Amino acid sequence: MSVIELKNVTYKYSAGTPFEAVAVNNVSLTVEKGEFCGIIGHTGSGKSTLIQHLNGLVKPTFGEVYIDGENIWSKDVDIREVRFKAGLVFQYSEHQLFEETVYKDISYGPKNMGLSEEEIDTRVRAAAESMGISEELLERSPFDLSGGQKRRVALAGIIAMEPEILILDEPAAGLDPIGRESVLSRISEYHKKYGTTILLVSHSMEDIVRFAEKVLVMNKGEVFCHSPTDEVFARQDEIIKIGLDVPQITRVIMKLRQKGIDLGSDIYTVERAKERILEYMAKGRIC
Amino acid sequence: MLKDITIGQFFPGNSLIHRLDSRFKIIMDIAYVVMLFTASNYLGLIAVGLFMILLYIMSGVGLRLVLKSLRPIMPLIAITCILNLFFIRGSGEPLLNIGGVIMIYPEGITTSIFMAVRIMFLIIGMSLLTYTTSPIELTDAIERLLSPLKKLHFPVHELAMMMTIALRFIPTLIEETDKIMSAQKARGANLDTGGLIKKAKALIPVMIPLFVSAFKRANELALAMECRCYRGGEGRTRMKQLHSGLKDYIALAVMAVFFAELILLNIYIPYLGIPYMVP
Ligand SMILES: Nc1ncnc2c1ncn2[C@@H]1O[C@H](COP(=O)(O)OP(=O)(O)OP(=O)(O)O)[C@@H](O)[C@H]1O
Ligand SMILES: [Mg+2]
Repeated sequence: MSVIELKNVTYKYSAGTPFEAVAVNNVSLTVEKGEFCGIIGHTGSGKSTLIQHLNGLVKPTFGEVYIDGENIWSKDVDIREVRFKAGLVFQYSEHQLFEETVYKDISYGPKNMGLSEEEIDTRVRAAAESMGISEELLERSPFDLSGGQKRRVALAGIIAMEPEILILDEPAAGLDPIGRESVLSRISEYHKKYGTTILLVSHSMEDIVRFAEKVLVMNKGEVFCHSPTDEVFARQDEIIKIGLDVPQITRVIMKLRQKGIDLGSDIYTVERAKERILEYMAKGRIC
Repeated sequence: MLKDITIGQFFPGNSLIHRLDSRFKIIMDIAYVVMLFTASNYLGLIAVGLFMILLYIMSGVGLRLVLKSLRPIMPLIAITCILNLFFIRGSGEPLLNIGGVIMIYPEGITTSIFMAVRIMFLIIGMSLLTYTTSPIELTDAIERLLSPLKKLHFPVHELAMMMTIALRFIPTLIEETDKIMSAQKARGANLDTGGLIKKAKALIPVMIPLFVSAFKRANELALAMECRCYRGGEGRTRMKQLHSGLKDYIALAVMAVFFAELILLNIYIPYLGIPYMVP
């Protein structure tokens, strides 16, 4: 069953002023339950705008948004319920922290849901645990944490609402390699453990390829493609043409092919490249 | 969205109005306001209105924007109207008399309409200045116009610099407020419904992050200015100099002629006037 369905969604910023800008242009799209979908596209291609449609933060200028088969803008739908169902973590989400303690900040979402004290406590601790926030950190002020820690607190704040769909806008941007790794692998673990539908916006092909099953490529406000990772990289020439990067290792393999060493066109992780190269060498064609 | 508030915004363009020297524009804007308050009858008001519309047409700023800029001041206009409607006592019989407490006279009605139109024209006309002048030009002009006050040790440059910074950061802060509001809404914040106290409480999660980042920004800006050796107005030169030319003097002359006409209008057609009014 598809949890998310967009039908011909168009969004214009500042409609009717000289600053009018079409950020999302006639996008139709379905996302299946339990899918881990990576979203990629160059700066300004409309990724952030698109995902804000999914929890009703922006209302499409034209078109419809369905979550769980329900049109979220029909009259009898409470938009806040939609927001609890589709949890959205913003770009630079650490800027949203405001409470005195990390614990209180994480509990802000669950509190808004009107849950009981015990339920809130369980959820906050579970969310903190899954984002690797130690007990000791829970009583600290969120403003005293490092950037990476803040980011994880912000993520936990959404995860504590236990949304069916988790949407993340560049959760790893601006973090050091260890911070990136810790945030991304925790998201991936969370996905495996609970089977939550995840949409992950990222500028890094490497990250997307490592974690996502499907990739949504955005280009100038339109969907360039939305297909399993393999199929996307089969079109690597086009992807490069719209100004995106393919994973480094894929580029190496491409160069090798131009030199006459064909290892196949479906290589985008170092592991697979290693296998193929070893296979290739086993056939004794190098040296 | 907050962002769509157009009052005080700048819309770049290349019309004659855009190209006028900003110092002249400020002077003319002040003249416009004075004019609006000298117009004591409907004819004068209509004349000022037509003049303003003409300027808008010349500037190429769209009409929809103008109407949008009026939206935030609607409550003010409404209050003015109501006050005038109920408190003006005319000479004849009241149109409506409820127990001698609420009395509405024909004069009350005419005055409230007059005042409403006057406030609208005021906002629309003054907006034209900010619509067609970039904030930098504006503060530059203010600094230049006020520069005689320097002799009296009035901190003109500091004031202008503060205005420049404030104007520069208003859009940034608005954008940031929008973003933080969205982020908290995503966590289920209920910012739109509930009573006044509830609403104020709901704003805490927005205000705190906003203040934190505003202070951080101020700190960074101060550092960046320090790094570029900013040390106040003494001996500071500008990249963009203000130049006045023939067109500016012509514009000023047109304005003066119009002003004179308006005064004549006031003198010779006083009958459409209004007996007395509550400001
Ligand atoms: N608040 C806004 N007002 C007006 N235009 C906007 C606003 N936010 C975004 N835009 C415009 O909409 C388009 C899409 O922006 P969006 O933020 O969705 O891009 P993005 O793909 O998320 O980019 P990035 O990778 O840099 O985050 C851009 O052209 C941008 O200029
Ligand atoms: Mg973005």
